[in-house]
Amino acid sequence: MVRKYLLGNEAIAHACVESGVDFVCGYPGTPSSEVIDTLRMQPDRPYYLEWSVNEKVALENALAAAWCGIRALCTMKHVGLNVAADPLMTSAYTGVTGGLVILSADDPFAHSSQNEQDTRCYSHFARIPCLDPASVQEAHDMIPAAFELSEEFGLPVLFRPTTRICHSKGDVALQPAAASTRTGEFHKDPRQYVVIPAHTRVLHKKLNEKQPAIRKRLVEKGFNRYEIRGKTAIIASGIGATYVQEFLHEDISFMKIGAYPIDEEWLGDFVRKHEKVLVIEELAPEVEETVRQVAGCVPVFGKKNGYAPYEGELSPVAVAAIMIKAGFLRASPFAPSEPFPNLPPRPPILCAGCLHRGAFYAIKKVFKDAIYPSDIGCYTLGLQLGVVDTTICMGASITVASGIAHSGEKRDVVCTIGDSTFLHTGIQGLLNAVYNGANMTVVILDNRITAMTGHQPNPNSGQTACGVETPPVSLDALCRACGVTFVETVDPYDMTGMVNALQEAKKRNGVKVIIAKQLCVITARRAGVKRGRYTVDPEACTGCGTCVRFGCPAIEFADDRAQINELCSGCAVCVQLCPVGAIVREGKK
Amino acid sequence: MTGSYDILVVGIGGQGTILASNILGEACLIEGRHVKGAETHGMAQRGGSVESYIRIDGEFGPLIAPGQADLLISFDLLEALRYSHFLKKDGKIVVNRHLVLPTSVYTQNLTAPSEEDIIAALKKYELCLLDADKIAADAGSPLSQNVVMLGAASAWMPLKPATVLDSVRRLVPKKTIEINTKAFEMGRDAFRKH
Repeated sequence: MVRKYLLGNEAIAHACVESGVDFVCGYPGTPSSEVIDTLRMQPDRPYYLEWSVNEKVALENALAAAWCGIRALCTMKHVGLNVAADPLMTSAYTGVTGGLVILSADDPFAHSSQNEQDTRCYSHFARIPCLDPASVQEAHDMIPAAFELSEEFGLPVLFRPTTRICHSKGDVALQPAAASTRTGEFHKDPRQYVVIPAHTRVLHKKLNEKQPAIRKRLVEKGFNRYEIRGKTAIIASGIGATYVQEFLHEDISFMKIGAYPIDEEWLGDFVRKHEKVLVIEELAPEVEETVRQVAGCVPVFGKKNGYAPYEGELSPVAVAAIMIKAGFLRASPFAPSEPFPNLPPRPPILCAGCLHRGAFYAIKKVFKDAIYPSDIGCYTLGLQLGVVDTTICMGASITVASGIAHSGEKRDVVCTIGDSTFLHTGIQGLLNAVYNGANMTVVILDNRITAMTGHQPNPNSGQTACGVETPPVSLDALCRACGVTFVETVDPYDMTGMVNALQEAKKRNGVKVIIAKQLCVITARRAGVKRGRYTVDPEACTGCGTCVRFGCPAIEFADDRAQINELCSGCAVCVQLCPVGAIVREGKK
Repeated sequence: MTGSYDILVVGIGGQGTILASNILGEACLIEGRHVKGAETHGMAQRGGSVESYIRIDGEFGPLIAPGQADLLISFDLLEALRYSHFLKKDGKIVVNRHLVLPTSVYTQNLTAPSEEDIIAALKKYELCLLDADKIAADAGSPLSQNVVMLGAASAWMPLKPATVLDSVRRLVPKKTIEINTKAFEMGRDAFRKH
């Protein structure tokens, strides 16, 4: 046994190697991305690995691999599971022969997500098991068990870590890597794999018949366990269980839930041994609803009667407050401590030299009074620049734009979408907009990479997840194939070019596409691109503030003059904005 | 409550807080101790405020509650003030004498407190103020400022300084081991003189 200090996602990746995983795929999404990022960086990988173009595509690939009898892992963030929900629901019917683990990472508090949905609800909905780890070590230890469960019951297994598991760290006890001896082989069985009505009715019945044995096994495996210590009890799941244990009084019974579905008979026996029960869990009241079904006349405290919040993430302080409110703790172990008031915030911002900033600036300049639907990526930060009016989910910039354009809204509609997001679920929206004759402009912010989640390659990058060269897709040809006749590729560092292309698009009818193409400034730096820095000539600067309002973190303002700091990456957009030509290349005057 | 020693490492995305927290985690492993941690990932966090929690001898969750931290290591003055309420009453601060004004100051016309005001407010706690950027440059690379900070902070941590240095040498890129060793020692010297 080796002990290492690992990020939760690294520990999960290691556990997949220990389980002899054969097939790995997924789409990046915080907080799940580092699982595949860790696996793809391993030397001598004995498994197949890909970044898929979206979660539905990924899950269907993984499902097919598991049909061929090999062990497959498919990773995504919680909202990615919505994209993959179509194959997910029916994969419970067809089942699998090789183990299939679907990792769907939840993000309570929406640290970097558009909602706070709960993956456990999908487990309930699809009737497949779900494992819900409470610590980094448990996340690691549950992975081999997840593959075993999947193979034992012939069902996909959901694995649901949360941000505070994925992105927390701990000293983790590891096991050696296992060598897989499996080779994929598809055995034809139309009654299993062709879900025509006659087959699917039978498969649905089989799925339902599996449920009681699953519930029993999850208790036998020790994922759901309890200790009776007094007349009152706390039932907790996920990281909430870890917080509770830090200050749980020794005369309060404790049940830890780490897997679903919960055995109701077993749960009922525990609950009825107590005078009152408090349920602590993040997000949806999944555990609480089951507890309430079996509690009889035992009072239950939780979300449904206002003792715990439905939204946000738990913390030691929040758990203590819930326990006090429900009468399970006398006083908080935490003294209140207020932050220093009125400090200027420091939110994440677009990098100095980010191509998106120039593109947004040009859009705002040409389309002054327009509607700006946008999408999911670093460029959502364009909100700070006033050029993001809507964001719902991946790919919804183009579809929202066409919906607004068809609504009778008189103003121009200009939407922005990144290259990875366009390839994920943007293409269908473009096809639809052209087909139905929408009047709108689409700006594809093409930085050749999936940047926000940690620079994963995509079909636009020219290489696979494992670094193998592959022909990059032509966004221009793709848009033209969808029927777009006006497609212009422009460098967003070139303000004149960007403005001209946008003005041309403004004049025309129909769907117009501008591809603003430039490397992500971080990947460019890593690739050794050096542009040289710029500086402000203090004698020429009039202090007008035009460059400062551009919002680049490399530009500061002091003593009524602009200054450029060491963050400058040399994109030179500010040079083109300065009305008096005061910004010059460093070392030249 | 548990007997963990809780450290908060804060700064601005890109300053190397994650490497600093990894070094402390590895040092715990070298001494055979449990450790828990949590950190900011995700959105290209460059320029954003970032935090890392390290709980030495931690057995439970990774989060540190406000009012509970033993030590705050901050790579920026303003960030030190932003997170100072996480400290216990008798908590300690090691802070780099360096202030990067957030872009919100320029784009939203907000005011930031001055260096002097920040330092005065931080003096509520036991404070080690050092110019880690200058020390790092003197050690051979401005990038080693995170290791300078750890060198200074090692005086207050319940870890042997030799273990922390050993961990630094294991985790920094091979080519920079000598510079970082020097940076660590110079950080320790700066603490002695503070």
